[in-house]
Amino acid sequence: MRLLDVFRTATFRLAFAYLCLFAVSVLVLLGFIYWSIAGKMATQSDETINAEVQGLAEQYKRRLLPGLRAIIIERSSRLGQRTLYLLTSFDGTPLAGNLSQWPPDAKATAQNWINFTYIRGPEDDRETRPGRAVQVVLQGGFKLLVGRDVSEVNAVETTIRSTLLWALAITGFFGVAGGVWISRNVIRRLEVINRTSREIMSGDLTRRIPVQGNRDELDDLAKNLNEMLEQIERLMMGMREVADNIAHDLRTPLNRLRNKLEGAMIGNTSREETVQALESAIGEADGLISTFNSLLLIAEAETGAHRDTLELVDLNEIVRDIADLYTPAAEDRGISFKLLAASRVMVRGNRSLLARAAANLVENALKYTPEGGAVTVSTFIARDDDRPAFSVRDTGPGIPEDDRERVLDRFVRLERSRNTPGSGLGLSLVAAVARMHDATIALEDAKPGLLATLSFPRVETVLAPSIAAQARRVLPAPTKAQRAREPETQG
Amino acid sequence: MEPSLRAAPAALSSLIPPEATKQMRILVVEDDREAAAYLTRGLKESGHIVDHAPDGQDGLHLAMGGNYDVAVVDRMMPRLDGLSMVRRMREEGNRTPVLFLSALGEVDDRVKGLRAGGDDYLAKPYAFAELLARIDALIRRNGSETVQTKLAVGDLELDLLSRTATRSAQKIDLQPREFLLLEYLMKHAGQVVTRTMLLENVWEYHFDPQTNVIDVHISRLRAKIDKGFTDPLLHTIRGAGYSLRAIA
Repeated sequence: MRLLDVFRTATFRLAFAYLCLFAVSVLVLLGFIYWSIAGKMATQSDETINAEVQGLAEQYKRRLLPGLRAIIIERSSRLGQRTLYLLTSFDGTPLAGNLSQWPPDAKATAQNWINFTYIRGPEDDRETRPGRAVQVVLQGGFKLLVGRDVSEVNAVETTIRSTLLWALAITGFFGVAGGVWISRNVIRRLEVINRTSREIMSGDLTRRIPVQGNRDELDDLAKNLNEMLEQIERLMMGMREVADNIAHDLRTPLNRLRNKLEGAMIGNTSREETVQALESAIGEADGLISTFNSLLLIAEAETGAHRDTLELVDLNEIVRDIADLYTPAAEDRGISFKLLAASRVMVRGNRSLLARAAANLVENALKYTPEGGAVTVSTFIARDDDRPAFSVRDTGPGIPEDDRERVLDRFVRLERSRNTPGSGLGLSLVAAVARMHDATIALEDAKPGLLATLSFPRVETVLAPSIAAQARRVLPAPTKAQRAREPETQG
Repeated sequence: MEPSLRAAPAALSSLIPPEATKQMRILVVEDDREAAAYLTRGLKESGHIVDHAPDGQDGLHLAMGGNYDVAVVDRMMPRLDGLSMVRRMREEGNRTPVLFLSALGEVDDRVKGLRAGGDDYLAKPYAFAELLARIDALIRRNGSETVQTKLAVGDLELDLLSRTATRSAQKIDLQPREFLLLEYLMKHAGQVVTRTMLLENVWEYHFDPQTNVIDVHISRLRAKIDKGFTDPLLHTIRGAGYSLRAIA
């Protein structure tokens, strides 16, 4: 960064404005010091003169001119006398005093006051010095001058003045230099932030803004930006993952579809084989359609398109119908299907989407439960927070704790289920439906198996958006007491 | 993948039970040329007379003029969309059964279609057998408006008032849902009924389960009504669905 650029920055402008304000206050302060010191010295000198004049006036009153003259002569001859005296006759002839003549350059200032210069010293070393005096005209045209040498006062004034000017100059210099230095420091750190942002924008999402560790505002800014970047990176990774998964889960069947159609077209295949290949191609297409429909439904649930169509529904009815639909299929696979329904579990919801979510949970449970296992669907009102809920429990392998949140994402299929049929959208659809209903979804270890619970907001309360945020997380496992609440005997 | 609704138009005639091939006049209103050609060809091969209109305006004209047994109407079309077209038809007093065929397949869209005066709604992409079965169901429903209290197919009888089923005077024990399932099959006796139709009409669900739940229900019902009898009534139509009929 060049110096010229420094002047253009906001920090410098701020520093400069501050400097100006600072300079003005310094100026006022120094001005006051100057005024009070110099003014005091001048006043003191004037008062001394006044007192002297007063004294002389009294002598004059008592002893008249000869007495005055005697006193002046006496005082003038005192060693180290700093008071200047001069008594002249009407024609200006000096009669007494330590001035050789009436000063020719006397300049009147106030009433009776004059400023002048006089010459002092021995013959070979004369010097001109400034003086200040009161002139008094006596009877008979005699004139009296009582004054003081003000060279010291003047010298002090000059010294103070130049000191003040220097102080001002130094203040200015350090102000500007400090401004430049501070703004350069701030700019350097801002520049680091800017540079990092640019690098991140050009694609390197792993970059982070360095934090100095001194906990100032810029560190706060850097930390916040870093957290934002963290989130962006997570989202980007998520998107990339979804894109990869779409590539895998849509391209793979599309590729199989294409292969099958091509296979049916080329080579020496019998008509029967051709029909078989085409049928299998249609099967692939159906699978794709169903994946696609699930994606659309998830998107729809996530945008909350159905929010205005929510009505009061009894979870029992929904769960009972789903149980009715799936029980024979479960029994055919040697899985016992149990329904534990509480009396009335009302929620505000979309009947068909809730049924869809329940069906997906049940299908998921059936898919992973081995022969001889059990799938249990329950509806209940949680004791601790009175929230209506339904849960599906299986005796399958369950989901490892680390993966529980992930399986709710789109297209996530755990390694072990890669080869089982399914789009990997089942649970994410459930999660989307839950979000739409401001419900929370909890996946827990049922020891053995998986316990998936959807807890809905209480009906009398208005759908709170904060609950929607909670639905994005997997909740911690409920207490034993809460689990024991699920009715075990009905159904 | 379970054997769901698959059919290539070439093999269609094999899917259709003989009595269903009665010639019908069908109006196809569809702006996509290829989709229309496929539909027309398929329906013609199934033995029907097919007219095609490329947009809602022409479709309305044809529907009002020709005496069609059923109209298959797309929703998004130039000049006049499908919903408006059917609404206008109903306003003019035209009662031709309408099946909406649309890429808009959500539950809301279905409701809109039925409110506009449609009789059935099928989302694209669809299986041809599904479409054919639904067209068939629409045409027959249009024929019998009277309320029946007793249904009979061969020696199988269903009393809708006493909620009992008998075959050859032998009482059959049915669960409530099995009764509904049998009732639907008997009301559509002789027709092909697809799994989706059963799911929509008996369970009122509008989604395709990943597992073969319907097949399991059917096989249980079959065990109850066909077991021990020499002539089976409940037939599986490969690539389409099921059909309840007595083979004479």
